[in-house]
Amino acid sequence: MGKQMTDTANSLDNRPTQAEIDLTTVDGTPLKAALANAQKRARRRALFLVLPLLLFVLITFLAPIGQMLLRSVHNPSFSDHIPNLSVWFDENPAGTEPGEAAYEALVLDLRSMRADKTMGIAGTRINYDLPGSRSLFTSTARKAGALEPPFQEAVIATNEKWANPKLWQVMRGASSAYTVDFYLAALDRTRDVNGDIVAVDDDRKIYAANFLKTLFLAGLITFCCLILAFPVAHLLATLPLRQSNLLMIFVLLPFWTSLLVRTTSWIVLLQSQGVVNDTLVATGIVADESRIQMIYNQTGTIVAMIHILLPFMILPLYSVMRPINPSYVRAARSLGATSWTAFRRIYLPQTIPGMGAGGLLVFILGVGYYITPALVGGASGQLISNFIAFHMQKSLNWSLAAALATLLLLMVLLLYWLYDRLVGIDNLKLG
Amino acid sequence: MKRTLLIATAMTGFAFAAQAAEVTVLGWGGAYTKSQSEAYHKPFTAETGITVNSVDADNPATPIKAQVEAGNVTIDVASVEFADGIRLCDEGLLEEIDHSILPAAPDGTPATDDFLPGSLTECIIGTDVYATVFAFNASKFDGNAPTSIADFFDPAAFPGKRGMRKTAKANLEMALMADGVPAAEVYDLLGTDEGVDRAFAKLDEIKDMIVWWEAGAQPPQLLADGEVDMSTAYNGRIFNAVVGEQQPFEIIWDGQVYEFEGYVIPKGAPNMEEAKAFVAFAAGTEALAKAAEWISYGPPRVSSGPLVGKYFDGSIEMGPNLPTTAANLTNALASSNDFWADKDTELNERFNAWLAN
Amino acid sequence: MLGPSGSGKTTCLMMLAGFETATRGEIRLDGAEINNIPPHKRGIGMVFQNYALFPHMTVGENLAFPLEVRGMGKAERDAKVIRALDMVQMGEFGSRRPAQLSGGQQQRVALARALVFDPSLVLMDEPLGALDKQLREHMQYEIKHLHESLGITVVYVTHDQSEALTMSDRVAVFNDGEIQQLAPPAELYECPDNSFVAQFIGENNKLSGTVSERSGDEVSVKLENGGQCKALAVNCGGVGDETLISIRPERVAIGESVSDNSTEALVKELIYLGDHIRCRLDVHGNDQFIVKVSNSAGHKHLVVGEKTQINWAAQDARALNPL
Repeated sequence: MGKQMTDTANSLDNRPTQAEIDLTTVDGTPLKAALANAQKRARRRALFLVLPLLLFVLITFLAPIGQMLLRSVHNPSFSDHIPNLSVWFDENPAGTEPGEAAYEALVLDLRSMRADKTMGIAGTRINYDLPGSRSLFTSTARKAGALEPPFQEAVIATNEKWANPKLWQVMRGASSAYTVDFYLAALDRTRDVNGDIVAVDDDRKIYAANFLKTLFLAGLITFCCLILAFPVAHLLATLPLRQSNLLMIFVLLPFWTSLLVRTTSWIVLLQSQGVVNDTLVATGIVADESRIQMIYNQTGTIVAMIHILLPFMILPLYSVMRPINPSYVRAARSLGATSWTAFRRIYLPQTIPGMGAGGLLVFILGVGYYITPALVGGASGQLISNFIAFHMQKSLNWSLAAALATLLLLMVLLLYWLYDRLVGIDNLKLG
Repeated sequence: MKRTLLIATAMTGFAFAAQAAEVTVLGWGGAYTKSQSEAYHKPFTAETGITVNSVDADNPATPIKAQVEAGNVTIDVASVEFADGIRLCDEGLLEEIDHSILPAAPDGTPATDDFLPGSLTECIIGTDVYATVFAFNASKFDGNAPTSIADFFDPAAFPGKRGMRKTAKANLEMALMADGVPAAEVYDLLGTDEGVDRAFAKLDEIKDMIVWWEAGAQPPQLLADGEVDMSTAYNGRIFNAVVGEQQPFEIIWDGQVYEFEGYVIPKGAPNMEEAKAFVAFAAGTEALAKAAEWISYGPPRVSSGPLVGKYFDGSIEMGPNLPTTAANLTNALASSNDFWADKDTELNERFNAWLAN
Repeated sequence: MLGPSGSGKTTCLMMLAGFETATRGEIRLDGAEINNIPPHKRGIGMVFQNYALFPHMTVGENLAFPLEVRGMGKAERDAKVIRALDMVQMGEFGSRRPAQLSGGQQQRVALARALVFDPSLVLMDEPLGALDKQLREHMQYEIKHLHESLGITVVYVTHDQSEALTMSDRVAVFNDGEIQQLAPPAELYECPDNSFVAQFIGENNKLSGTVSERSGDEVSVKLENGGQCKALAVNCGGVGDETLISIRPERVAIGESVSDNSTEALVKELIYLGDHIRCRLDVHGNDQFIVKVSNSAGHKHLVVGEKTQINWAAQDARALNPL
């Protein structure tokens, strides 16, 4: 049967198409050209229609991301303000002992920084790599106008830190606007005096472990969401329309409530004087002195995030389960499978696209979640985005924030690629 | 299409120009903004007709860099901690304010002589002195209440939860003072690795009992909810909770860290003239004194001191509740702006690592 | 099982398969009661309307599934799968996915899957409903032949009467959740037990009236327009009861004759259909009365509007229950 159909299709293909016979339109243009023109016009019109969205995406999305990526490797806040030192660094290879010429360049640059009020910016850049250097720049720049040659002694006399070879090594590194140092910092690495990459002290290690913790928590949250969402989605897909609509409203209700309100309600519920603890104490399960700490820690982050991300798992699962005909399971049962086998071998495999889509969605959202851990995570429930936010908003080290964000982006892309290899992205069904 | 857009834009521009003059002031929210609103915003509007838009942030210093760098400044005046202000100023993000625009004291003393030493810089005009103190909820303790900063860091004697601000600043100083370091030696010690280790070791002892807060309005709430027994807090917030809401909180004036706060004007503020007029108005002797009647933060002008009377509702004398009162300064530490401008990044990195591990 | 939609055939089938529980009565298979046996232990093969081929498995895996869950070894499984696929001429398609097959091919695979584990009974729920007419007729014969060669009992649900008549040894006509008649196709058509069956199977002329006289198997019916008709008493009450007379169109002859019933009819419409001519007549006030006139040599040529005599035997007029 199928063969017959293929044969017919082939014979159709072998017939000469209309354009191959020289047909022309009424005004004499070849039909092929006229058609091509018409199509080109249609395409142009279509492009015109998507143009607003294209521009919107370019301006509001791609450009900032590009800028962020650039910021993580490009920080001109020191290199832009040291015209004289740059020349000295160019002329003298790494390892050269800074002499009078170097200090003269330094003083000239400090004077211009003082004039432009940029010593704070330049000093901050050096401070990232060598803490304590910021005030060195600001204080010396204030005095730079009064310094007399020989500059080497004069500068070192203001502060002996200027003689530190590590400082000169850091300044040489920062004299180029392009650097991978922020990525090193984002991976708990730094450079030693010789410029070699080494791990930072144990009491400063933070990001690498937090990346792993973020991945682990996002994975755990995804798994819990899957376990919780599966029965709900199944119920939604199999209940009569009237009941399932009502249930759907309950699922969607959180979407219509502000994220802050939802997170705050968890605080009300879980805090040590909260509803859950009060109930436990009132029923005598827990003593008043040993109320359980369920919020402002990792537990709080996990509970609140599961709740907030649950709909993102339920909806793709539901959209995959809804069209699964109950006759598949019936067929399996009639073919001799127990209800468990029918579920495992027949129903479950057909929901994989939904599990994949929901899992990917929840995981990616979870990996990048910020507001909930910030509110209920306390100290131990902080995710990597909270550190990105910290560097964006508090420490104002945007380059480090950008490097962390880029690493996060790369991790998500890597996962996406893995997913594509293992499950196949065309198997994704979002709804 | 393009022309319509141009015309529309131009008209919007005119519309804005035609509007009454205004100035946008970024504050810290809660009782603190309330005090500024009563002492500065309202009288300023009454006197000049310039509308004051009041907006809040957890720390007003943080939006400034983002706004100035992005070239999209919407704030005209911001209330910042001195260390932040100095840092922003060094980075060229703030407008320099000519001290000659500041009004002289009623007796004619020029402003530059009237302000307390260190409360005026080229970019920051001091508005008040606040202290990070610790306070406790008296209803949680029967008789055996904490009395000193050492008690706050004593997990054995006081096993309950305590709140602390989620940052290195002030916490490290308080930890060292609780460990017996005299206030005068704190910053010298913190400048060394041993000192930092010692501070973190002290924090380690109570780490499991700490509930971290970020906004100034949180500690009174945490105390009122019974979520913590004691908490570090800005003294004014506790004062207002006690006086305004009759909360059973008590402040311990021991081992606190006090610091100036002041107004700054970001570079490229949209209403520069109004902003300067506002700052000059707020720096007046009466305005500063009036602010201290709404929240217990001390005025930074010598001439304002005697003018500070009772709390705005007349219930209580403000003097003893100000961080600048001599009785409250027996073991107090002035926050070092230079230290934090320099070490902020390094110590907060270490602090974050400590928190996460 | 034949019946209009909503008549209960699928529910009945589901009860046989074990997916619906019977509230009363018992279901027996080979003499043993199976009411309380779960579906997977009944050993009943089933073909669904949408085939229900597992989309994530190849054709071969689909067929192997029932054998696998029965714990059959791989070698034996493969041999059976190949045999079953060959049986439906799908031998080369074992490694395809169901989505890569045409409707007819899927139908065959579904059939093979229902048969591969040697069930004692096969249930088919409108299995050809999704196919086009030509393919459907082709598959009807194929299923029939398969059924004959395997000698397996098949319970087949359809709402298409010609399919039911083509394929079945016995047909159960359903209506309102009840079996109206269970009989071989010929009997159903020629000797319907009640008006519903007469209506539902084949074409049927109705004349309603009341019984005026009854003698043994024969009744005299007074029709609504006053006419009289003699009929075979099948399912009608006594004298005075209402009844509906059913007459098959091909049992009515044109012209006067010696038959029991003869009446005048007005020709309303003629449709030429090649082998016969379909006439719509007005008989006893029923203007939907159909008569098939065979297009044989020398048949009477009717003209629309003409009046003619028609007649039929009392044996062919069945007096049934009124609707």
